[in-house]
Amino acid sequence: MSKKHVTTTVNGDPAEFLTDPATSLLNALRDELGLTGAKEGCGTGDCGACSVIVDGRLVCSCLMLAAEAEGKRIETIEGMAQSGVLHPLQQKFLEHAALQCGFCTPGILVAAKALLDANPDPTETETRYWLAGNLCRCTGYDKIIHAVMDAAADMRQVRRAS
Amino acid sequence: MAQRDYIAPTSVEAAIGALTSAGAGARVLSGGTDLLVQMRSGRAKPGLIVDLKAVPGAIGVRQAADGGFVIGAATSGAVLGEHAALVKAWPGVVEAVNLIGSTQVQGRASLAGNLCNASPAADSVPAMVAARAIAVVVGPSGQREVPVEQIPVGPGKTSLGPGEFVTEFKLPARPARSADAYLRFIPRTEMDIAVVGAGVNLTLDASGVVTSAHVSLGAVAPTVLLVAEAGQALVGSKLDEAALAKLDAAARAACRPISDKRGTVEYRTQIAGVLARRAALIAYSRAGERA
Amino acid sequence: MTDTLDRPATTPELKVVGTRPIRPDGVDKVTGRAQYGADLAMAGQLHGSILRSPHAHARIVSIDTKKARALPGVKAVVTGADFPDLGDVMHDGGEGVNNLGYVSNNVMAKSKVLYDGHALAAVAALSPAIAEAALDLIEVKYEVLPHVINVDAAMAPGAPQIHEDMTYEGQPSNIAKRYQFGRGDLDVAFASADVIVEGEYTTEPVHQGYIEPHACVCSVGADGRADIWASSQGAFMVRSMSALVAGMPVSNVRVTPAEIGGGFGGKTVVYLEPVALLLSKMAGAPVKMVMSREEVFRATGPTSGSSMKVRLGAKFDGTLVAADVDMKFQAGAFPGSPVSAACMTVLSCYDLPTMRVVGWDVVTNSPKVAAYRAPGAPIGAFAVESAMDDLALKLGLDPIALREKNAARDGTVAAYGATLQNIGYVETLEAVRDHPNLQAKLGPNQGRGVAVGFWFNFGGESSASIHLGDDGSATVATASPDIGGSRASMAMMAAETLGVSVDKIRPIVADTASIGHSMVTGGSRTTFATGMAVIQATEKAIEELKRRAAMTWDVPAETVEWKAGAAHCLDVKGEAKSLTLDQLAAAAGKTGGSIGAEVTLTAQGAGPGFAVHVCDVEVDPETGAVTVLRYTAGQDVGRAIHPAYVEGQIQGGAVQGIGWALNEEYVFDSKGKMENAGFLDYRVPVASDLPMIDTVMVEVPNPKHPFGVKGVGEVPIVPPLAALANAVRAATGVRINALPLSPPRIRAAVDAAKA
Repeated sequence: MSKKHVTTTVNGDPAEFLTDPATSLLNALRDELGLTGAKEGCGTGDCGACSVIVDGRLVCSCLMLAAEAEGKRIETIEGMAQSGVLHPLQQKFLEHAALQCGFCTPGILVAAKALLDANPDPTETETRYWLAGNLCRCTGYDKIIHAVMDAAADMRQVRRAS
Repeated sequence: MAQRDYIAPTSVEAAIGALTSAGAGARVLSGGTDLLVQMRSGRAKPGLIVDLKAVPGAIGVRQAADGGFVIGAATSGAVLGEHAALVKAWPGVVEAVNLIGSTQVQGRASLAGNLCNASPAADSVPAMVAARAIAVVVGPSGQREVPVEQIPVGPGKTSLGPGEFVTEFKLPARPARSADAYLRFIPRTEMDIAVVGAGVNLTLDASGVVTSAHVSLGAVAPTVLLVAEAGQALVGSKLDEAALAKLDAAARAACRPISDKRGTVEYRTQIAGVLARRAALIAYSRAGERA
Repeated sequence: MTDTLDRPATTPELKVVGTRPIRPDGVDKVTGRAQYGADLAMAGQLHGSILRSPHAHARIVSIDTKKARALPGVKAVVTGADFPDLGDVMHDGGEGVNNLGYVSNNVMAKSKVLYDGHALAAVAALSPAIAEAALDLIEVKYEVLPHVINVDAAMAPGAPQIHEDMTYEGQPSNIAKRYQFGRGDLDVAFASADVIVEGEYTTEPVHQGYIEPHACVCSVGADGRADIWASSQGAFMVRSMSALVAGMPVSNVRVTPAEIGGGFGGKTVVYLEPVALLLSKMAGAPVKMVMSREEVFRATGPTSGSSMKVRLGAKFDGTLVAADVDMKFQAGAFPGSPVSAACMTVLSCYDLPTMRVVGWDVVTNSPKVAAYRAPGAPIGAFAVESAMDDLALKLGLDPIALREKNAARDGTVAAYGATLQNIGYVETLEAVRDHPNLQAKLGPNQGRGVAVGFWFNFGGESSASIHLGDDGSATVATASPDIGGSRASMAMMAAETLGVSVDKIRPIVADTASIGHSMVTGGSRTTFATGMAVIQATEKAIEELKRRAAMTWDVPAETVEWKAGAAHCLDVKGEAKSLTLDQLAAAAGKTGGSIGAEVTLTAQGAGPGFAVHVCDVEVDPETGAVTVLRYTAGQDVGRAIHPAYVEGQIQGGAVQGIGWALNEEYVFDSKGKMENAGFLDYRVPVASDLPMIDTVMVEVPNPKHPFGVKGVGEVPIVPPLAALANAVRAATGVRINALPLSPPRIRAAVDAAKA
């Protein structure tokens, strides 16, 4: 059985790897590229801990084959901070104590970023429904929602100012 | 150990050829949100995975000359939700496909995958059936058009022959004052498989009387049901209580559900009536807003 | 939104405690840098996979691993025969004492498999695919036996006997133990009651539901020295339990704690590590093992399902005179359900002279139960708090007023014998009663439910060390895995004690070779007991700093005091002198070497937790769907070191309780196999299911802790089950005594009541 050679872009940089055709994108990111920020919580698309953004679209990386990454643009949690500067969402999560064990946090941050890219002014309900695919067992979601909406408000101000 | 291979053919012919020569060992890949889960559990062990997303026309929405829509089979729910004209004409179909799973799943899941996975509880299927959607099927013996309700024949089984797959869906042109709606019942607010799903598609005349009604139920039988009696119950009415009661009864009478970890026979039957009513009222209200 | 009510007068002037700094490990966790159990890869590692029983109860007639061993790429295969027989050896390692024979048997079955998913063999191979293929080649002959899972069925005469040597009153039985607590003459007390309320209640097993599956990497060298990388609630627990189960000297094993993706008690035991140790020893290479989500559900401890009876007697004015509680809990495949803790906590919010509480620990053909956040207490509270709600209704009394009338106060002797002191239960009742949420008007199909809860909280053994760098920074090391932000609290307590900014403290979680012994992170003990060790270690370091200052000034050490991050004294001329922490640290090399201290202590005097919850729901009468409109969670927290992380514990515990009440349950088919072993059909709450969880933190400091800390993590999961059931009763008029309150159950109950 021969492996597939995949050429792709991850967090803005070219990346390539060999993969078994049946391997998921999640496993390729973690095992071939060493990007362990995306986590496996379930492997079946029910928990969102593996969330990444592919060609601007929020997806579960456990539900994509690594081979499907060919030619795509992938964004993971590792690319969210730019040159050591935290994204406003990351900063707000810290300020609001929106994480406890932190395992779901990368997936939720990526999902929240996709939300604010699509809708810079979400209501609480819109935020909760967008994030329904990201399970958190520690926080009860309260501080997560506060952090996302606070980050959204900050980002709207920055956008208005610039 | 099992051989596995993955290809992404760039023409219909190449796809048909690969599927035909690999035979039963091949599976098509659309959004992947069912196939990868089945590969993980061992339910599916494909020797060859044929990714249809690179086939021309597989992804995208276009309006036909007659005002109907043609939807690429592998188009994700998220893309459908961003197509303003489609949302306006078929809010029920779009909301149904965008109830599948999570935001992440909606970024990948497709109408074709949802239909051909043939789960009795598939969310998009009742809305597509009520919409009278047509599936365009290609294969070794050519192309044919099939009403979507004829594709699933039982849980996990379709009427597609060897080497066949769906390339696109056609939604008919919309008369004035037409709208659809889809509702499902789940125990949480998101993320669950439908315990019952109901799709209703209505057309009204200028005075608000229903002239055409299609009602489809999911998760209450081995395949999605098109319940003629339920549609008939609404025709000629303005959804008064008597018509809704007839609709409720017709919906319940059509149910042949099972009891499983998601619901009992009694409960599913009750909820089928409840959802048919509620979906009909939403479709009616939407249709009234559309001149 | 949160309110914090402070107890006045004895509050000292605190500069760091009570503030909300960013947690020290936070940046790693929001950038994906933090390393959890499955994130480590060791060079040359093999992949381990486990073969699990497809039967709920069966004798293992034979296991043939020949073909598996012969598969190219397979480097080691183990079965139960490779693990030493540990009989009934008792070991104090996790939370309390464990029977190692049971632990070992659960890690890998020997002669019988006792639940669907029970491990009976394992392989290590070059890749996960080869390991899975090798499992398919292991040939097992089973003699399938009848199984029993429901606790009432397991206790019934004639039930399949799960452990052949288990008897009760001379008869073969699945009853492992019967507990009884109580005092007073029950018959006399009930005879004096004006009203009596009775109920029978059932709950189903629920899983802790941590998002991170169990994972470890184990590497055994040719000299028998082993390294384990694992996420767990305690590296010392992993070390001793893994070594003993695998038959290795404990001193040969060093455990480095990974970050942990949730535990809630479920990671205070081992499943994979002993297996990975043996596989690694045989193969001569590191072995990585990661559970799938399905394995987590099928084969790691949920908490017990139960069958309970409650009888309460009271006067017309609401005074409780008698309580009789009987609770049957599933232990799973081996004895050890949390029923005794349930017995001890279930009436502890009440000042009650006469009571009898009986608990039954019953083995069942389901996964061995593991601790789940205040183990046992939520289950018992569901029954008692539902009955109390019925009593309030019967007497026409406000439910909070009924609790206040019978409230445990300072001096109350609790059911389990302890005399309660410095408790803030009444204060919490009052604070919740006065919360604006309780003024919210309720509409049609809406209802409000109240429930209270108690948890003892633990002290236990913790070690901490502090070492000062020459720039005045301080590394504080403990062995307490950081599950909910405890690194921040450790840093804050050290900073407060030293009198410096929290930025100067670097808290780490150390491996078992680098720090003294510690009990697990669990039992709501970390901020209390490990915090106490951190404070004492810091105080020892301060003594040394004062000694160095005294040496520098050539004055007696007793004349030096430490204040606001510096040593101060008056010299012979009466002039004030001071040396800051930074100055003393910079000079340490010349005054006697770098400064540090370590403390190991067994903390006494943990303050119990009291919680008062109020929930507003709306029920759709046609579908039975429940929407949680409002949730108010009040708690006596002692003192909130970092208020945001205390709020987080309250909110997280409340939401786990909401999931337990509304939708979570293990569903078994007729063959005893779990039908919903995944997050699709095992339904934990999602973000759109919930409103904001409003917390009310009441601070009645615990005088036994330098900063007044009481444990906070567990008690918030105790009230929600009954709070939801009581709210549903208020919304529908129907009392439902079985959990979960799923829509079909509610719809059926509403229909039955109409008929």
